[in-house]
Amino acid sequence: MSSSLHNGWEVVIGLEVHVQLATRSKIFSGASTATGDEPNSHASLIDLGMPGTLPVVNKEAIRNAVRFGLAINADIGRRSVFERKNYFYPDLPKGYQTTQLAEPIVGAGEVVIRLEDGTEKTVRIHHAHLEEDAGKSLHEAFSDGMGHGQTGIDLNRAGTPLIEIVSEPDMGNAEEAVAYARKLHAIVTSLGICDGDMSQGNMRFDVNISVRRPGEPLGTRTETKNLNSFRFMEKAIKLEVERQIDVLEDGGKIVQETRLYNGDTNTARSMRTKEDANDYRYFPCPDLLPVLVSEEEIGTLRAELPELPDAREARYVEQYQLSGYDAGLLSGSIATARYFEAAAEHGGDAKLAANWVMGELAAKLNSEDKDIADSPVSAEQLGQLILRLKDGTISSKIAKQVFEACWNGEGDPDAIIEAKGLKQMSDTGELEKIVDQVIADSPAQVEDYRNADDAKRKKKIGYFVGQVMKATQGKANPQQVNQLLQQKLAP
Amino acid sequence: MAIDSQVVARVAHLARLRVDDDETGALSERLNEILGMVDQLQQADVSDVEPLAHPLEVSQPLRDDRVTEPDVRDKVLPIAPASEEGCFLVPRVIE
Repeated sequence: MSSSLHNGWEVVIGLEVHVQLATRSKIFSGASTATGDEPNSHASLIDLGMPGTLPVVNKEAIRNAVRFGLAINADIGRRSVFERKNYFYPDLPKGYQTTQLAEPIVGAGEVVIRLEDGTEKTVRIHHAHLEEDAGKSLHEAFSDGMGHGQTGIDLNRAGTPLIEIVSEPDMGNAEEAVAYARKLHAIVTSLGICDGDMSQGNMRFDVNISVRRPGEPLGTRTETKNLNSFRFMEKAIKLEVERQIDVLEDGGKIVQETRLYNGDTNTARSMRTKEDANDYRYFPCPDLLPVLVSEEEIGTLRAELPELPDAREARYVEQYQLSGYDAGLLSGSIATARYFEAAAEHGGDAKLAANWVMGELAAKLNSEDKDIADSPVSAEQLGQLILRLKDGTISSKIAKQVFEACWNGEGDPDAIIEAKGLKQMSDTGELEKIVDQVIADSPAQVEDYRNADDAKRKKKIGYFVGQVMKATQGKANPQQVNQLLQQKLAP
Repeated sequence: MAIDSQVVARVAHLARLRVDDDETGALSERLNEILGMVDQLQQADVSDVEPLAHPLEVSQPLRDDRVTEPDVRDKVLPIAPASEEGCFLVPRVIE
């Protein structure tokens, strides 16, 4: 429970997170999990629930779930049981979803989140279970030609393996919920068990929210379903918290219901809730036997676990001497971490790489709403830019110009520097000539400088540096210019 | 728990089974008999018996993660009541 209050109300949030596992084939059939293909081209007879078919469990889906369990220090279900959750919906051809309930594959565990103010908080995981995804309903495109819309059903997604991660109600505001969701994203993408593409629905969030006065029993909760971005989740939580507080402060009551959030309008509405909608009549699936995971298998998977976000963050602090905050930002997503490490390696300077990734690159990605994996400037190119900065070929001001050109697809940094003639003047003789010229052209300023005391000279030299930089179009090394000027201006 | 006509109607609705009103009385009687037998089973001492998810003492065989199923779309779409542009069609679903 959180201690932070919202206008005197305590907010209690729990999350159910659906994570699509990145297997090649479905959880119970050998149909492909590929997306973007013709509708129903990956809907096998098993996925369609045809009579006479038998599901067989995908080994990799089991292994992926166990990997997740190990990553959050959970008890692994050595024996887990699939059950049938019965309900009727057109995108669920079997009339039930095969899922787990009483004996899930992943038991209680925990995830540590870091908040913006640097504090850490532990979110307890109640359990995580394996289940199959449903198909997709396409509401827009179909009509019977008489003004009556119809719904098209594409079952390519039906049977795609999911793990549903159920947290305890340990989050006290939107920020904590988003930090938790991001941490899960970092964990599953680091494990390589999920592609983590939010736009493709690889991760979907159901948020349970209630409010209460401190010390009172838990309030009635609502569930806002199927949020598919961190930003929408944050907005939906804030909206629902405000709504519940408004209702209660006006003397009303919260109705337990499922709500749908619309990101385009930042509004939510109650889903038509049938009285018996939640009577799923679970029972063990007679088509599937209990799944056993051996100690040996668990040991192997544990030994093979890749570096996880927490360990990566600690390593960045240790190995690269980054601050905890910077290390957290860079290690928070596997894509950012990979990019940063590649740029640091190619550029030979982790601190510069960190500054560029979190600064110029992040700003640019943000303004163009791009993912780091789709960055027009590759990690190798950024590394090259850093090399040229370090060896004095270009100044940091010019580096930004080169970065911009590289972003716009004008080639590698070296090629851009060459083509645009952006190299810093390293030829001291040539630079001296320009310095001499500037001094000769500015007799009044020279007089002024020579009559000033040391402290004032430091300021007054700026005029000459500016003139030299102007004459060299920014290509002179400012330090070198400063040195030369000091020598030559000395009375 | 005793089953009356109302429970029968509700369970039938959940399972999308059509049960006529004049059938619910007889059905609830029969279901109550079954529950009576279950009650009898409940009295057995099972404190040292493992819960059973499946009658066979074997575990689930697992398969490798390979794509093995063919595309059967052109065979299954024609047997659906309605289809269009590769999709099954159903009456509009309003959420």
